[in-house]
Amino acid sequence: MAEAAAKPAGAEILSVSDLQAWYGESHILHGINFNVKAGEVVTLLGRNGAGKTTTLKSVMGIIGKRTGSIRFNGQDITRASSDRIARLGIAFCPEERGIFASLDVRENLLLPPIVRSGGLSLDQIFDLFPNLKERLNSQGTKLSGGEQQMLAIARILRTGARFLMLDEPTEGLAPVIIQQIGHTIARLKSEGFTILLVEQNFRFASTVADRYYIVEHGKVIDGFANSELSANMDKLHTYLGV
Amino acid sequence: MQALYAQLLVGLINGSFYALLSLGLAVIFGMLNIINFAHGALYMMGAFCAYFLLNIAGIGYWPALIIAPIAVGIFGMILERTMLQWLAGLDHLYGLLLTFGLALIIQGVFQNYFGSSGLPYAIPSELQGGMNLGFMFLPIYRGWVVVFSLVVCLATWFLIEKTRLGANLRAATENPTLVRAFGINVPRMITLTYGLGVGLAALAGVLSAPINQVRPLMGADLIIVVFAVVVIGGMGSIMGSIITGFALGVIEGLTKYFYPEASNTVVFVLMVLVLLLKPAGLTGRAA
Repeated sequence: MAEAAAKPAGAEILSVSDLQAWYGESHILHGINFNVKAGEVVTLLGRNGAGKTTTLKSVMGIIGKRTGSIRFNGQDITRASSDRIARLGIAFCPEERGIFASLDVRENLLLPPIVRSGGLSLDQIFDLFPNLKERLNSQGTKLSGGEQQMLAIARILRTGARFLMLDEPTEGLAPVIIQQIGHTIARLKSEGFTILLVEQNFRFASTVADRYYIVEHGKVIDGFANSELSANMDKLHTYLGV
Repeated sequence: MQALYAQLLVGLINGSFYALLSLGLAVIFGMLNIINFAHGALYMMGAFCAYFLLNIAGIGYWPALIIAPIAVGIFGMILERTMLQWLAGLDHLYGLLLTFGLALIIQGVFQNYFGSSGLPYAIPSELQGGMNLGFMFLPIYRGWVVVFSLVVCLATWFLIEKTRLGANLRAATENPTLVRAFGINVPRMITLTYGLGVGLAALAGVLSAPINQVRPLMGADLIIVVFAVVVIGGMGSIMGSIITGFALGVIEGLTKYFYPEASNTVVFVLMVLVLLLKPAGLTGRAA
């Protein structure tokens, strides 16, 4: 919380310019430009395979080859290793959730190290996700899909990172669980977290996002604020093909 | 009956070495995805380290039990940093060839200076002699090896399965990329894990020095059986490799009593059976 107070609202936390990235030989990102300001929820929208996940992974430093510029709190992290990036205060919740089968729920929850003070305590986490408390001794992958998603979000809230990247947190979940995740994101935002979200579920995104960027063929081709949403609906339908 | 108990004891002793070595192999395989063929050579280096400590520096068995695993473990970590780390993500075959080559080089160097015959290493005075248990005579040193190995194996199991550090290790075995993205220095963890596995091998080497003498090829003979143990137990499991190690030692010992002709082959016959019936090993996860 101190972190958010120290940053004037609206200061740029993450700025990405001309980001290009490769998976082995294949060139995936062809120049991504966007920024995220303190306290915002920014959503990357786009079709499957457009490069949204690769963008998050590039910011996190887990794509082998990347060029361009990624700056976090003014620091250049384009070439940094992912463990260093995590220690600067960026936390990542992957699309496949990444719950560890050989760890129980408690171990999964305690796995990410604390990178700075100000993270949620276990009590606060159980307040957000009461289900987890009852399942602490279960094997991580024995949880339901929704519980696994909650666990994947919960474990990065402990670390003190104030910048969260959530990759399709609603994928494959029941509407009631999606609603709960929406409430969680709203609550995190109100507590000063900055969130970069990747979503296919545009309707869900519209309930939480401040701004949108459209990603297509490895480029950001458009961007607008939530207030401009209705004016952009037609364009959006074309972009997303819905 | 005396002979049966004696063979059982020999089996337990061999089982101790099998367990310590296959445990290290399992830990290394889990983290580095490398089948560490140099394991036998590193075991031998542990025994030689104890021998050097005693004959050059006058440092005895008890300090050697700590110093040798650390020294050889550091040697292992240097191997990992300078060579093995570059094999990450490649086919198993490369790791196997590299470590096999390393084993040949290490053993060759030792053979060049020490020949092939055994160098003596005395049992420490505290553990000399034996006890009459009524049904058999137990040499104290052999009893010590079995008990101490069991304690070390269980401590390693506890470290990996029940502690925070172990949870990091298990998680990194499953998904190193994500664990690193949480801020954990996975490359350093891999190096330390290799050091731990190598240290266990060196510890087994020190334990075996007073029993089997110190020879450049002592590990080369043993490691073939240990790989059979690992295949039977299954690569991925910690407790599996401990139990299989001890169990196969005992089975070998029993075979020596009941049908000595088969004692050298029984482990391999079991390996064939296990491969036919349960290719992932008794406790292993299917690939």
